[in-house]
Amino acid sequence: MSYHPNDVSRRATVARVLLGVGFLALTSAFFRAQVMRNKEYLAQAEQNRFREVPLAAPRGIIYDRNGRIIAENLPGYAVSLLSPSADSLRSAMRRLSNIIPITDDQVEAAVRRWRKNPTRPAVILPDAPFDVVAVLEERRVENPSLIIQSTPKRYYPDGPAVASFVGYTGEVTERELADTTHSDYKPGQQIGKGGLERSYEKELRGREGVRYVEVDARGRVVRDAGARAEQAPVAAEPLKTNIDMDLQLYVMSLLGDSLRAGVVAIDPNDGAVLALHSAPTFDPNRFVGGIPADYWRELNSDPRRPLYNKVIQGRYPPASTWKLATSAMAMEAGLVQLDDHMPVPCTGGYRYGRYFKCWNKKGHGDINLRQAIEQSCDVYFYQVGLKLGLSRMVAGGLKLKMRERSGVDLPNETQPQFPPDAQNYFNERYGARGWVPGSVSLNLSIGQGENAQTLINMARFYTALATDGRAARPEIVSRKPERVQIMNLTEAQMVGLRLAMAGVVSSRGTANSARVEGITVAGKTGTAQNPPNPDHAWFMGFAPAEKPRIVVGVFVEYGEHGYVAARIATKVMARYLKATTAPLVTTE
Amino acid sequence: MTRRIPDIPLVLIAFALSVFGISMVYSAGQTDTMTFIANLWKTQSVWFVVAMCAAFAASRASVRFLDWVTPFAYVLTLVMLLLTLAIGGGAGTAASSKSWLMIAGVRIGQPAELAKLTVVLMLARVLANRREPPESLLELWHPALVVGIPWVLIMLQPDLGTGIVFIGIFFAMLFWSGVNGRLLLLIASPAISLVLAFSTRLWGAWFLALLLLVWFYRPYLLEGIVLVCINVVTGVVAPILWEKLAPYQQKRLLVFLDPSIDAKASGYHVIQSQVAIGSGGWFGKGFTLGTQKRLNFVPEQQTDFIFAVVGEELGFIGVTLALTLFLALFMRAIRISSRANDPYASLIAFGLLASWLVHVIENVGMTLNLMPITGIPLPFFSYGGSFMLASWLSVGVLMRISQEGRGRGDLAAI
Repeated sequence: MSYHPNDVSRRATVARVLLGVGFLALTSAFFRAQVMRNKEYLAQAEQNRFREVPLAAPRGIIYDRNGRIIAENLPGYAVSLLSPSADSLRSAMRRLSNIIPITDDQVEAAVRRWRKNPTRPAVILPDAPFDVVAVLEERRVENPSLIIQSTPKRYYPDGPAVASFVGYTGEVTERELADTTHSDYKPGQQIGKGGLERSYEKELRGREGVRYVEVDARGRVVRDAGARAEQAPVAAEPLKTNIDMDLQLYVMSLLGDSLRAGVVAIDPNDGAVLALHSAPTFDPNRFVGGIPADYWRELNSDPRRPLYNKVIQGRYPPASTWKLATSAMAMEAGLVQLDDHMPVPCTGGYRYGRYFKCWNKKGHGDINLRQAIEQSCDVYFYQVGLKLGLSRMVAGGLKLKMRERSGVDLPNETQPQFPPDAQNYFNERYGARGWVPGSVSLNLSIGQGENAQTLINMARFYTALATDGRAARPEIVSRKPERVQIMNLTEAQMVGLRLAMAGVVSSRGTANSARVEGITVAGKTGTAQNPPNPDHAWFMGFAPAEKPRIVVGVFVEYGEHGYVAARIATKVMARYLKATTAPLVTTE
Repeated sequence: MTRRIPDIPLVLIAFALSVFGISMVYSAGQTDTMTFIANLWKTQSVWFVVAMCAAFAASRASVRFLDWVTPFAYVLTLVMLLLTLAIGGGAGTAASSKSWLMIAGVRIGQPAELAKLTVVLMLARVLANRREPPESLLELWHPALVVGIPWVLIMLQPDLGTGIVFIGIFFAMLFWSGVNGRLLLLIASPAISLVLAFSTRLWGAWFLALLLLVWFYRPYLLEGIVLVCINVVTGVVAPILWEKLAPYQQKRLLVFLDPSIDAKASGYHVIQSQVAIGSGGWFGKGFTLGTQKRLNFVPEQQTDFIFAVVGEELGFIGVTLALTLFLALFMRAIRISSRANDPYASLIAFGLLASWLVHVIENVGMTLNLMPITGIPLPFFSYGGSFMLASWLSVGVLMRISQEGRGRGDLAAI
């Protein structure tokens, strides 16, 4: 080798320079990482070690109009596991299954939750019973990734009595998460699933809090509370409803479990829903946090269809309760007034192409509109229908909002069926030559034919009859009361109609047997043909007839006669009026 | 030989690095869930004492003695490497490789550590015996063989990290012996071809540059042709080799380019190491207080990734301090090397320096993903007895060379 000192010192200089450059490069790389990108890495380090544990906010308490609790929160426990992978979650749950009962379904459900958000603790038991929690707490040291926390659990003290409108809560589903309106929901959170819980989800939800646990690289919880300041959940404001729980419970006791029926009671002056019940009912408490499969099957296979809401979902021909709509249209058109007679007296039927029967084979004789309402004479209304004609009848029905939902603040209300127009609809349905406008008018005039209404929408119509012709939108929670003019009749005409309806619930009328002492009830019975099964029974009415404070609609599937429904309705009215009227005290 | 003052700056720097290192091994053990690592600093301290004794003993051996003993040591090393391949075993993350010499299931040591030292000695001997530095590729066959045999044995273990160290030693010592820079480039050309072959254009450009280099440097005709042919072959073979690699091996190489493509598995180590270092900031999170380390996010925090603990807990200041100490050590080694009183000693000093340098650049660079992960330790820091011993033996040899060289004891000239 060339070992001349000059060569050596030259090479040493080259080596020193190379070393210096190399170390400068290394140092600047560290400067870049540690000083310039410090914030970014610091955030990543924090993200590494902290796991968010959601703290569920207590949902808003739901009250009735008198401050009685409809929905509240009970302390419950949720058990979650932090896992770095789906497999480790599975094996951890398998280990736990040696000490507490865990089904394969629960394992898979937990894995699904984990997949949707791997950094969040996967809920394995959304609602753990206390004894399970006690066992887990004992073995906590062996399962450092276990997170047990108290979480509010929804409870409905009157359970089955409020099932028809309150809904229930449950874990948000994948479908709900995919919906853009739920963009701020995370898997595992509770959400209102129907009824008020869903309609007022935003108001009832509250704000979820968060707690941090510190974990190590394997996802084991190293430090719990105090690792980082937690954000306390914020409870939602209570929700006050118009429901009168006393009346609601009374309604349920009247219907019992054997009838298939719907009842709705509304204050016609502001649309406040006082009671709303569909029988048979179910227990929403069993739905909270996941419906047990056997209960779900039981409810769904029940031929009485407890989950089918007969007030807002059931659509039935309104039958004779519709005669008030026909009357109102004819009076508004100036065709018929309360004292007018029809050309053909009732002899038990009417010939128009074919023979149209009256419900009373004996016939009602030559009567006026008032009497026709009292006795529900079909022949009279056939002729009113012919006078009105199909197009006026369809237009009138549309003006009465018989093709619109009532707008009650509940999800899943069904839209009533009613012809959108007098021509095309029928042409499409039956073919241009397949129908005769006259026959259709006859059927429509007595509430049969192409007309199926929900109980709640009929009740809205009757709020107009009970007041000045303005229909009130039904409201379980008072929003902005909304009353829309759907009838333009004079005060005298309105009073006359109400008197005629009062005649229905009198010794002269079809609801003779439903009379209650001390209260004048106005209303209309209906018996909807339902061949080959027994007829459905309707009653729509209000009380007191002079100045109505409550509209009640009752529908009884297979009830056979309108008066069956009427007897229920008048009892409901009496209960409400007696409870809300201060006893007269004479101070002389 | 008269007694001379030992090279105090060298010893002080090495001592400071060792104390720094053992402190970091201690800190590496301070995790939230304590593991066996918690006690390793004690073992490491014992090794430190042993290593210093060994260094003192080594400093008593004259360079002449080293010269005499080198061939025997070299042969012994080869035998041990062969034995390791036959009856060796793995350890730690490299459990499937054969890098430990085991007798009856007990790990005796890693012969590769010894090989680093003996290869430096043997190469120095071979290069020092020449009057002139090698000027053609043919003249390089002897030094190439000295490094090549143990290199092949080590690559068979396989231990890529140590293999890289050997290549670094080889090139550094050729440079120090006065081999022309262009010749070094020619030697390196097949490897460069191999890497560049993944882009046809880059490889084409490199090939043109090589042709120009061959034209101007004018090696012997046969050499030139062989060299160009080898380049062509490696360029063609590289894509085929790539296809032959197992997917996990391909992934490892790709992860170096972008760790995030496999953040949970093969990219995990380097990402967590970067996060640890980056989150340290100027002053770090405090000694023993690194959260990434405490919660076991930093992998191999007591061995390969110990520098990530330095970065996280002591911050940029601590990193700069550690790197400065290393720089001081290397500068001292260059000084010793250039003042040695014979070529053999000078080459030994430079070879030892090269060995350390490759370790430091590769290990520190790997923690920031500047270098691919090969699993080679950081001198004086990483936990490991035989490596501590080997590092201090190097210090001992350097002390001796320093004592025998010119300007010994001339402290003013540091």
